[in-house]
Amino acid sequence: MQKNTAGAMIELRGVTKRFGSVVANENVDLTVRRGEILSVLGENGSGKTSLMNMLAGIYFPDAGHIFVEGREVVIRSPKDAFDLGIGMIHQHFKLVDVLTAAENIILGLPGKLVMDMKQVKADIQKLLDKYGFDLDLDAKIYEMSVSQKQTVEIVKMLYRGAHILILDEPTAVLTPQETDKLFQVLRNMRTQGHSIIIITHKLNEVLSLSDRVAVLRKGRYIGTVDTRDATEMSLTEMMVGEKVVLDIERPDPVNPRLKLKVQDVTVVNKEGREVLSHACFEAYTGEILGIAGIAGSGQKELLESIAGLQHLVSGSIEYTNRKGHIKELTKMSAQKIREIGIRLAFVPEDRLGMGLVASMGMTDNMMLRSYRKGRGFFSRRKEPHDLAERIMHELGVVTPSIDAPVGRMSGGNVQKVLVGREIASSPQVLMVAYPVRGLDINSSYTIYGLLNEQKKQGSCVICVGEDLDVLLALCDRILVLADGHISGVVDARTATKEQIGLMMTSHEQKEVHA
Amino acid sequence: MNVIIVFLQKAITQGIPLLFGASGEILTEKSGNLNLGVPGMMYMGGVGGLIGAFLYENNAANPVPFVGMMIALACALLCAGLGALVYSVLTITLRANQNVTGLALTTFGMGFGNFFGGSLSKLAGGVGQLSTQVTASAFRAKLPVLSEIPVVGELLFSYGWLTYFALLMTFILSWFMFRTRIGLNLRSIGESAATADAAGINVTRYKYLSTIVGGMMAGLGGLYFVMEYTGGTWVNNGFGDRGWLAVALVIFARWRPLNAIWGSFLFGGLYILYLYLPLSRDMQEVFKALPYLVTIVVLVITSLRKKREDQPPAALGLPYFRESRG
Amino acid sequence: MSAVKEPLFHVVKRDNSSFLRGMLVRLAAIVLGLIVCAVIIVLLTGMNPLNVYAALWDGAVGTSRRMWITLRDSAILLCIGFAVMPAFRMRFWNTGAEGQVLVGSLATAAVMIYGVNLPPWLLYTLCPLAGIAAGILWGIVPAFFKAHWNTNETLFTLMLNYIATQLVAYCIIFWEKPKGSNSVGLINMKGKIGWLPKVWNNDYILPIIIVVVMAVVLFIYMRYTKQGYEVSVVGESENTAHYAGINVRKVIIRTMAICGGIAGVAGYLLTAGVGHTISTGLAGGRGFTAIVVAWLGKLNPFAMMLVAFFLVFMQKGSIEIASQFNLNENASEILTGVLLFFILGCEFFINYRLEFRKAEKEEAIKA
Repeated sequence: MQKNTAGAMIELRGVTKRFGSVVANENVDLTVRRGEILSVLGENGSGKTSLMNMLAGIYFPDAGHIFVEGREVVIRSPKDAFDLGIGMIHQHFKLVDVLTAAENIILGLPGKLVMDMKQVKADIQKLLDKYGFDLDLDAKIYEMSVSQKQTVEIVKMLYRGAHILILDEPTAVLTPQETDKLFQVLRNMRTQGHSIIIITHKLNEVLSLSDRVAVLRKGRYIGTVDTRDATEMSLTEMMVGEKVVLDIERPDPVNPRLKLKVQDVTVVNKEGREVLSHACFEAYTGEILGIAGIAGSGQKELLESIAGLQHLVSGSIEYTNRKGHIKELTKMSAQKIREIGIRLAFVPEDRLGMGLVASMGMTDNMMLRSYRKGRGFFSRRKEPHDLAERIMHELGVVTPSIDAPVGRMSGGNVQKVLVGREIASSPQVLMVAYPVRGLDINSSYTIYGLLNEQKKQGSCVICVGEDLDVLLALCDRILVLADGHISGVVDARTATKEQIGLMMTSHEQKEVHA
Repeated sequence: MNVIIVFLQKAITQGIPLLFGASGEILTEKSGNLNLGVPGMMYMGGVGGLIGAFLYENNAANPVPFVGMMIALACALLCAGLGALVYSVLTITLRANQNVTGLALTTFGMGFGNFFGGSLSKLAGGVGQLSTQVTASAFRAKLPVLSEIPVVGELLFSYGWLTYFALLMTFILSWFMFRTRIGLNLRSIGESAATADAAGINVTRYKYLSTIVGGMMAGLGGLYFVMEYTGGTWVNNGFGDRGWLAVALVIFARWRPLNAIWGSFLFGGLYILYLYLPLSRDMQEVFKALPYLVTIVVLVITSLRKKREDQPPAALGLPYFRESRG
Repeated sequence: MSAVKEPLFHVVKRDNSSFLRGMLVRLAAIVLGLIVCAVIIVLLTGMNPLNVYAALWDGAVGTSRRMWITLRDSAILLCIGFAVMPAFRMRFWNTGAEGQVLVGSLATAAVMIYGVNLPPWLLYTLCPLAGIAAGILWGIVPAFFKAHWNTNETLFTLMLNYIATQLVAYCIIFWEKPKGSNSVGLINMKGKIGWLPKVWNNDYILPIIIVVVMAVVLFIYMRYTKQGYEVSVVGESENTAHYAGINVRKVIIRTMAICGGIAGVAGYLLTAGVGHTISTGLAGGRGFTAIVVAWLGKLNPFAMMLVAFFLVFMQKGSIEIASQFNLNENASEILTGVLLFFILGCEFFINYRLEFRKAEKEEAIKA
């Protein structure tokens, strides 16, 4: 029915965007209709966000045409986008921390020179009531939770009268309840004739929410289908280009022995909030322990605590060596842990901001782990250089030269460099966070293979992931985090996605009842 | 009693150029630009006003103080504004490093001031010291009657109009920054240019305008100094390190214009305190360091307290390039 | 076709710019800057700009003595540049070299004055050591606060300059000779005790040698040592440094100690080797010019050499122009400033490129 009445709200024709030598989007066509929810689906790195950024005026296309309501337009800045009724909610919220919610909402809007905050707040309150948002307009952004910030962003767009709303991975940081609430709001908006574009790589959300699905792959437009004609299988095929079965090898653990014992570990963030509360668990040699949870539930802090990069408020971490001796790692710095001979490898989530130095080449990045080796004042470059060459050849890293800055490499190659360096020390404990984020399928399998290899060699592998299917196929056990608490550890061979999904939010429910 | 009144008067007199400089720099820094060219722009403003007044007084048969004043004002704004414009083009459009560009502007501006201030009359074919007394008299004119009132009049009404203008300007700046939409937009740019940009604010235009207007305000500080303080003459490097003191005052005021008002009087007082205490010459020098010491203490305390509202604008000193990825 | 307004061009970051291209752009900027300077000079003096540039050359390197002074002053400026370079590599904006140099000078002067009767070998050891120690002290104070509480170092170090200035002013009154002159005069004029000795009967060459050696050492330090590597990592990302087990606080304080120490050496050279006195204007703004040197030299000691020489050359030359044409010597700051504006601005054309949409379309058609 909608199909007959809906005209094209937005049309992209032949849009191309390059960043230096990297092609983010190539010759993309896309149509958004009036009063529909369109999912833009694609793997990480498929160019979804950069494409939408061109609609929002953040990037300027290198080539191509954009039509809004049938008229060709040039979107030079976010202001141009607003004038066309396009509002985008970015994954990293664009809010000013030291301003209040109300101030953020009216930021950049025309109006009387002198702000009448009373009037402004009353106006915003009407919007809040209309959609059932709960928001303190006088709260400063830095005092808010992630979902509150997202609410501010959405209200900001609605207040601007946006009738084309773009949301970039809006559910990544939300609990299922919050997600449901958000979806309800989006459906309301559709009813009122708004067009909504939601960028995502979660198939279940696509299927439950959207009217149509547009698929991107490696920066190219693959096609658009009606959701009612689509299945998870068919969409996956479009996304990855070929039929894939998640076929990850999972050898049984051989002779597992206790390696790490984490007891009652609590971590407090800069703002004084408990981000990891009384975590207790054990990890064994020869197994892969998965860690599941909504983004920001304490995964980062958990790994960093073990790696000696976090200040623990309470708790202890014990390491058992091959001979069965127990060593206390609590309060030890990363450097100290290495000095007492424990080979602990860590692939952090933020590869270029933490694991590697973006502006340095491969050799210099190898030195990050080994530059202290050898006596004396001078650093040795021979071994790191050899290691860099070995990784380049063995893992097939594509780079113009071994000294080219790693920041210019693609995500997959960056990850190979990082993982390659970390496993080069044949670690006793290997921790990886989101190891395949932003990687294509082939690179992902290379990484799974590397993790399994470490497992077979008797390492204790801990892997934080976001894709439950992958965790269920790869890991032996899965630890589930919910808002900084460990809500349970399940056997990955028998557990179901639904079970884990429930556990990811279970802590929250407990608190409500308490 | 009398000494105290004189001291307070002098403290205010010393504070006014700092207030001009600091208010201008607050406006500039709120847009995320750390312009270390303040001392240079103050010199440029001062000498600009002097050049204008000098050319007018030398060429007019009967120079009228008011006309001289307006010309001096316009020239001061023009010169300081040009300095700020150069800084803006380099840092905003060409994305040059702000610290380095600001320092280069200070080098240029101080050279510009000392060069023209020192050799203007010679260049014009005259001899002797440059003097623009007629124009200066307009700047120095006190409020009639009111300034005659004992104590109160001496304390509050015995200054030239630029003093009151500085106060008015700072009040307006504060109102503008915290009560108007444009002020809100401006503050957001200093915190996060990308956010402001995404909210549809023309970051480049705001940065240009606030930096140039800020530079002009600083230039008025220089004008005040040459006209009201020294009475229309130029002494090489006579302005001294007051430009840096203005930068210090911005920190001291924690980027709030109203704090800069009392801060400027305090700094002015500290600057000359040594003259009013029974100090030996060597201790006088130590006392001259007080304003800087106080600023460091404030800087350290605010960084210890970590109160979000007291921190420098989060994007201070960072260039903004919309299409930088990630 | 509807007429669509498109921006004429937009700005794109260059992936990598060739060395040659960068040099050509910089050269073009300098030439343009010199032309603008010429225009200014002609407007002010009405002289033939070629004569003016001849005077510039003459003033900077016209006689052997001038040449040596230009070289020596370049060396000193370069030395102060080295005092900010490691800090900049660490993204620590040390705007306090001026003050660090001054306290270095002050400590040197103190040792020269009070140690006049010490055995020469001891005095010659103590002088530089005192200068270095004072510089280190002045350098690590802001570093300490930066490392522990993230106190803004640009402003902190800037303020310390003036505290150093007043400290020097205080000591001058303490030491002044004759009383009331507000000047220390030449220290130890009799016997030149503590003065940097002549080498090959040349007053100027020793500071130059010291600074050139320093350049080589610093180059090796930054490139090939563990500490130098740590500085680079901390500068690129503190997070990564923590991850690699680098003690960031230690590196910040240590590196600023090095910077302060180098500034102390510059202070020593200024007092023991150049001015043989102490005054508040001894550093003469070179602490700020040094920042320009380090930045334009891309933090490379050898490139910084060229920049330092160029700036001093321009400065000395401009002073000569000013005196020949009866201008005041501040003209040199104007000319230097103009040149700096051009050089700073040209970096944009090295790092970014303007993309014109029209041109690209034509290319697409051709392809």
